[in-house]
Amino acid sequence: MAKEIYTKYKMAKYLRKEALPTALCPGCGGGTVLNAFANAIDQLKIDPRDLVVVSGIGCSAWIASPYFLADTLHTTHGRAIAYATGVKVGLPDKKVVVISGDGDLAGIGGNHLLHAARRNIDITVILVNNFIYGMTGGQVAPTTPFGAVTTTTPYRNVEHPLKIAETVASAGASYVARWTTFHVYQLIESIKKALTVKGFSLVEAISQCPVQFGRRNRMKTPAEMLRWFQKNSVPISKAKTLSPEELEGKIIVGELVNREKPEFTEELNFLIEEVAKQYGLGDKNAD
Amino acid sequence: MIFRGDEPEQIGLLKKLYPKGNYFMQGDEAIAYGALFAGCRFYAGYPITPASEIAETMARELPKVRGYYIQMEDEIASIAAVIGASWTGFKSMTATSGPGFSLMQENLGYAVFTETPLVLVDVQRSGPSTGQATKGAQGDFFQARWGTHGDHPIIAISPTSVEDSFWETIRAFNLSEKFRIPVVLLADGIIGHTREQIRIPDPEEVEIVYRKLPANEEESKYPFGDVHGDLVPPMPLFGNGYFTHVTGSTHKESGLRDVYTPEVHDRLVRRLHKKLEVHESEIQKWEEYYTEDADILLVSWGVSARPSLGAVIEARKRGIKVGLFVPKTVHPFPGRRIRELSKNVQTILVPEMNLGQMVLEVQRFVREEVPVIGVNKIGGVPLTMEEILKEIESSAERSRHRSAD
Ligand SMILES: Cc1ncc(C[n+]2csc(CCOP(=O)(O)OP(=O)(O)O)c2C)c(N)n1
Ligand code: SF4
Repeated sequence: MAKEIYTKYKMAKYLRKEALPTALCPGCGGGTVLNAFANAIDQLKIDPRDLVVVSGIGCSAWIASPYFLADTLHTTHGRAIAYATGVKVGLPDKKVVVISGDGDLAGIGGNHLLHAARRNIDITVILVNNFIYGMTGGQVAPTTPFGAVTTTTPYRNVEHPLKIAETVASAGASYVARWTTFHVYQLIESIKKALTVKGFSLVEAISQCPVQFGRRNRMKTPAEMLRWFQKNSVPISKAKTLSPEELEGKIIVGELVNREKPEFTEELNFLIEEVAKQYGLGDKNAD
Repeated sequence: MIFRGDEPEQIGLLKKLYPKGNYFMQGDEAIAYGALFAGCRFYAGYPITPASEIAETMARELPKVRGYYIQMEDEIASIAAVIGASWTGFKSMTATSGPGFSLMQENLGYAVFTETPLVLVDVQRSGPSTGQATKGAQGDFFQARWGTHGDHPIIAISPTSVEDSFWETIRAFNLSEKFRIPVVLLADGIIGHTREQIRIPDPEEVEIVYRKLPANEEESKYPFGDVHGDLVPPMPLFGNGYFTHVTGSTHKESGLRDVYTPEVHDRLVRRLHKKLEVHESEIQKWEEYYTEDADILLVSWGVSARPSLGAVIEARKRGIKVGLFVPKTVHPFPGRRIRELSKNVQTILVPEMNLGQMVLEVQRFVREEVPVIGVNKIGGVPLTMEEILKEIESSAERSRHRSAD
């Protein structure tokens, strides 16, 4: 079975054969995100040996770890970005990518997300937002829409969702974009940009979890969820002309931020070279 | 990092920056210098009393030897970054105290399970909770052993002086690298903040151990397999094109997750335990004073071992045959040696700055006939020689009565 998938799928060369088939439910948006990521890597011609992919805990965390064939670090719940920080400092010339869920990165791990953006460390985060804690059985998440039904908000959710992309943008990231799994090509383009930008980049991928979210919110099938994404998405340029009331419940898609600013590991290395020289260590790149 | 191959330059640099000789410094600083001499070139931490001086010293000194200091947003992030850095090859360290140690426990378990070398310094302070934030204590004996969940082995080391802090930090790094396991350095706030004279050695006098790397492509495929029959797998570092998968889930020898097969979990967890059991003699270290003819044995660790030694010397002057056993490796606990010693003594006293923690470990190894009595003090003030001496004298008195019956 694994063999068959391997030979049919063009991006299969990027996957860890022994780990297939994936454990994701049929119709899960996680597959689309994995596909988009593999395509971005392929189009940029990034050698997977130059990649380290880090993830936390959750369905979305499995997308790249173990399935993507690179060095992969599957960490504790919420801590992927903190682990990735150590990896990036150790391997500043590699691409360090974090792929994980909204609960993982914005719930339990929210603090690390903000501080990595503030530091502007050159890590690419693909945050898979399915509005729910999928793996643990569909409990309410910090992204669950107001009024939605989950296993821990059986009557309706009375909390307001976090606008992750906006929050990370204002925390100081170099690049922030948001798309849905309906916008596959745009998603690939944004992941490519995120991977090339120097500094902290976040791509929020709104993704369907028909099993835990859709089913309880009148969207049983993946197709219904994708139609919802299609109908409710508003490009950022248009969103600027709309009132907050008109934007209620809408998904704003596009690039939120794309800017240059000093990057953490580079600055840290400049500093170290400066100090080391002062204290008599030879120039690292002298010979 | 003291990269393999970078040693001549690094040794020259250490010699220049910290010429051998006598220095006057705090225990916390000695820990930081020990780390630098051991080859630590990555530190991530979050400030907390009484451990902050370690961070401050590392922040100042690391860049001089081309090392990295990062102040993370909390302790959870600190140990996480340290684990990430360790997988890129850095000898890495973090330091904290009580509340921060509690926050690190989940990721400490991750490091144990993924066999990630690192040193976690816990400069113990009074608790529970925020407790007496600035006061030293010895209340984390079991937190070091059992703070993280699940069956797991751990190595914990406890220094008794400022100079000892320097050398025991180096030993912590070496054990961690050799056995691919996180090592907890159970220091305490009193030694951490005490200033004493210490001799900084020539870097050549310091034995440095590096983790084993895969010798070839084949070995790299088993990051968690007993490739060499010594139960310590070579560690395929990130960035070398090995496509290594590391997970905190139960994993097979290849690193791939398998949480359904009971044998896989059993095999992995038992190997981790066996790894330490088999090499116990290389891991354990203790000191003995006047134990040959002792009637009363003191077992004491860390800061409390010092007034204990003073009390032993004073009691000997008064004609009481008392000896002292000081475990330097507190986990795995050197119980076998204590069992041997207990055969010839009438009483065992265990002075420590808590309400009785290591005393329970001692009891486990001693026959019931020998009373094991805790000498305990809390409140942030160390035990004094006189307090311990008093206990020795009343024990001596009791055994005189007993032998008179
Ligand atoms: C410290 C800790 N708390 C809770 C859990 C249980 N847990 C596992 S996955 C998960 C939620 C994951 O949600 P999300 O990141 O949104 O990913 P999804 O499964 O929806 O893709 C939780 C709470 C855990 N593993 N560790
Ligand atoms: S539970 Fe939801 S997020 Fe998890 S694999 Fe299934 S569809 Fe995907």
